[in-house]
Amino acid sequence: MIYREAGQFKTTYASDQAIFPVVQDRWVVAALLAAAAVVPTALASDYWLQAILIPFLIYALAALGLNILTGYAGQLSLGTGGFMAVGGYAAFKLTTAFPGVNILVVFLVAGLFAAAVGLAFGIPSLRIKGFYLAVATLAAQFFLIWLFNKVAWFANYAPSGTITAPPRTVFGIMVTGPQASAEARYLVALGVAMLFALLAKNLVRGRVGRSWMAIRDRDIAAEIIGVRPLRTKLLAFGISSFYCGVAGAEYVFLYLGSAETLAFDINLSFLVLFMVIIGGLGSILGSFLGAAFIVMVPIFLTNAPHIVGLSLPVALLKQIELMIFGGLILFFLIVEPHGLARLWQITKEKLRLWPFPH
Amino acid sequence: MLSVLHAVFVAPFADMAASPTFLAEVLIGGIAAGLMYSLVALGFVLIFKASGVFNFAQGVMVLFAALTLVGLIERGLPVVVALLATVAVMVALAFGIERVVLRPLVNQAPIILFMATIGLNFFLEGLGEMIWGANVKKLDIGIPDESVQVAGILINKLEMSAAATAAVLVAVLAVFFQRTRIGRALRAVADDHEAALSIGIPLKTIWVVVWAVAGLVAIATGVMWGAKSGVQFSLSLIALKALPVLILGGFTSVPGAIVGGLIIGTGEKLGEVYWGPLVGGAIENWFAYVLALVFLVFRPQGLFGERIIERV
Amino acid sequence: MRPPEARAPLLEVDGISVRFGAVQALQSVSLTIGRGEIAAIIGPNGAGKTSLLNVISGFYRPSEGHIRFDGKDRTHLKPYDVAELGIARTFQNVALFKGMSVLDNIMTGRLLKMKGSFLTEALYWGPARRQELAHRAFVERIIDFLEIQAIRKTPAGRLPYGLQKRVELARALAAEPTLLLLDEPMAGMNLEEKEDMCRFVLGVNDEFGTTIALIEHDMSVVMDISDHVVALDYGRKIADGTPAEVRADPAVIDAYLGVAHA
Repeated sequence: MIYREAGQFKTTYASDQAIFPVVQDRWVVAALLAAAAVVPTALASDYWLQAILIPFLIYALAALGLNILTGYAGQLSLGTGGFMAVGGYAAFKLTTAFPGVNILVVFLVAGLFAAAVGLAFGIPSLRIKGFYLAVATLAAQFFLIWLFNKVAWFANYAPSGTITAPPRTVFGIMVTGPQASAEARYLVALGVAMLFALLAKNLVRGRVGRSWMAIRDRDIAAEIIGVRPLRTKLLAFGISSFYCGVAGAEYVFLYLGSAETLAFDINLSFLVLFMVIIGGLGSILGSFLGAAFIVMVPIFLTNAPHIVGLSLPVALLKQIELMIFGGLILFFLIVEPHGLARLWQITKEKLRLWPFPH
Repeated sequence: MLSVLHAVFVAPFADMAASPTFLAEVLIGGIAAGLMYSLVALGFVLIFKASGVFNFAQGVMVLFAALTLVGLIERGLPVVVALLATVAVMVALAFGIERVVLRPLVNQAPIILFMATIGLNFFLEGLGEMIWGANVKKLDIGIPDESVQVAGILINKLEMSAAATAAVLVAVLAVFFQRTRIGRALRAVADDHEAALSIGIPLKTIWVVVWAVAGLVAIATGVMWGAKSGVQFSLSLIALKALPVLILGGFTSVPGAIVGGLIIGTGEKLGEVYWGPLVGGAIENWFAYVLALVFLVFRPQGLFGERIIERV
Repeated sequence: MRPPEARAPLLEVDGISVRFGAVQALQSVSLTIGRGEIAAIIGPNGAGKTSLLNVISGFYRPSEGHIRFDGKDRTHLKPYDVAELGIARTFQNVALFKGMSVLDNIMTGRLLKMKGSFLTEALYWGPARRQELAHRAFVERIIDFLEIQAIRKTPAGRLPYGLQKRVELARALAAEPTLLLLDEPMAGMNLEEKEDMCRFVLGVNDEFGTTIALIEHDMSVVMDISDHVVALDYGRKIADGTPAEVRADPAVIDAYLGVAHA
């Protein structure tokens, strides 16, 4: 790196346990966060905010949730779309029933509903492992989507079955609904993402995270140490679904504006799973990297041919996109199962030694 | 309250008793659908039994096989030649998958291999569509999709041929696994890749063989499904439907795939016809999964699967 | 080393039988391990030594018999309840959490001593932070004791076998156990590593008074460090006493030790 860690000795365990032990890292991250808050708000076009940055933050939040469940606790889940749907629909019902409540509170309560559903579908996880658990989560996915489709109450009896985000303000600024500016929505998504990332990081580096990883790596030995499998797994399901629920609420309120169940179908579950795999299983940073990657690929594919002068039909682009996704999954699993996050770590290590090879 | 109980536990059975021929038709429809599921599940069982890999891409392989066959026929090749060409394509695909996906991931955790097959699934989906186009295609194999009356019950010719095909395939595969030397070697490989390698089993050859056979099953499945509902995208989603079948039947059991398929197929049809109207229909979307889930809780290894024993 | 008769019993295994279908892993095995002693369990492969530890740990359900720990019956407890009682163990095939660093692995050993809900942990301030740091300090003392400072942050999966065994011992010690069960702690080690391990085992017993039961094949180790030896063969106990007594026992010599050539 441009700066080295030489001369920075940790004299207390507290400094060793810190999230960013290297002082310069802390400055860099703080600067990045400040920049993230200021630069896009001031400079970015609506297109960038609407099509890239806002969905990136929302997907990152969902990826965080799935990473907690699949990456840290080792429980494969294909039900992310369903849990996000719970968050989205719960938020819609809550805010239409209680319009006076702050929308941020609504998001959190919607997350709690998703957590409750997640806990319910996580109960079988004590008896069922691996692919079988994936099937249980598939059951959740299909059942929840069917439920929201069939029961018109969830969409407030709208004839089209679509739920639309009503206009809501936070501190007097419009953040949802057609009047809300992209900047306002972006800042809300950014704030939520940063806060939740911090909470997740604290969880995974402490007792809870270690219990999860113990269950993931060797659940029998974990029991010997005193980890209670059901409790630990349920906690993972609950927290993961909470994150996905909030992400789902944001998905409808801050990004799409209005949605129907199709937006939350099995493809969304796979999309988030890809983000987690490509970004890095068991990594907070990885969730963000994976989300950024998945958001950028279609953008890149739609724009790159124009830059080179080719003009390709939309259907072909979609097919190439599928092939690239599939190919990348294979690539990462073969070359670096720990994803972009690990590649980033390796890069840092190499830079530390540069120009020496080792 | 009482009326709800009546509607759930009494009325549907009364309906069944009231019209036995209709019930028979529903059952037969369910059996036929179930056998179609079994065909797909067979492909999974083959690969899982022989390499320990859960091949999520099986559905897409079915689609790919069907697409290739139809595409070649449309381009004017006679049916038999097209069939042989498709077989060649699937074998080549098996080689490719072994080289690119399986060999680099030897002895990785099963979950990694599973996710690799998800990646493969999407890759083949895009590739298939790119080569053959995305519209629905009709597949004509000479068996008309019409029903005949047998003893007062309507039976569909196409569905019956599918059922017969499935039965034959199962019998052949069961014998293959139990009686032949290769079958034994396959079972060893499924148990432990490295151990199998160390006693001289040619892993690469085995894998190519297995995936090629699964490819052939995929062709048969694709032909049957394609003749019934046209060759289109949703064929790849069959993979998802096969999961509950496998859970009921056990991941490693060839007869289990049949039994599981039958249970899911008939269960789904009965559920949809007799209980569906109670909740507004379309319960086929999730019925199979919930059924599998309930099963999982009580018997995690399925009806015929092997018990998973963990050693400390 | 104190004589066996002078100790209060800590673990009493009473007529335990374990069956897997037609295979009888243990048949009416009874033994007593006194508080503060080092007991060695010896016997040929397949004798049921690991099964014995597994029954004590709560993995296997005995078909007959009782186990009393510290006077209380605890025959049918689950593994995590057994851990709460103060029994820790290591495994023959090193069951470390390969994805975590050495430090994290050992910290998982402290799990039962950590109180608090996930909500306070998510915030990581105040009591949650202080607790984490206190446990870190304790774990560091174990790291010092076992001389593994250099590999603190290495992922456990990357360590050589001998070091993995040491880390596993550290993880078991982190739980501050009353009874420590070691399953072949010195398997696959060279002479130097074995000497180190013996030193650690004796040190743990001396300094913390931890009762230790270990399965061991190396007879010189058994003779050197144990106070009490139990020999198993085909699931039955064939000898029980001081090291000298068991070594001279004809049944043990027949089944396991063999006769020295003159």
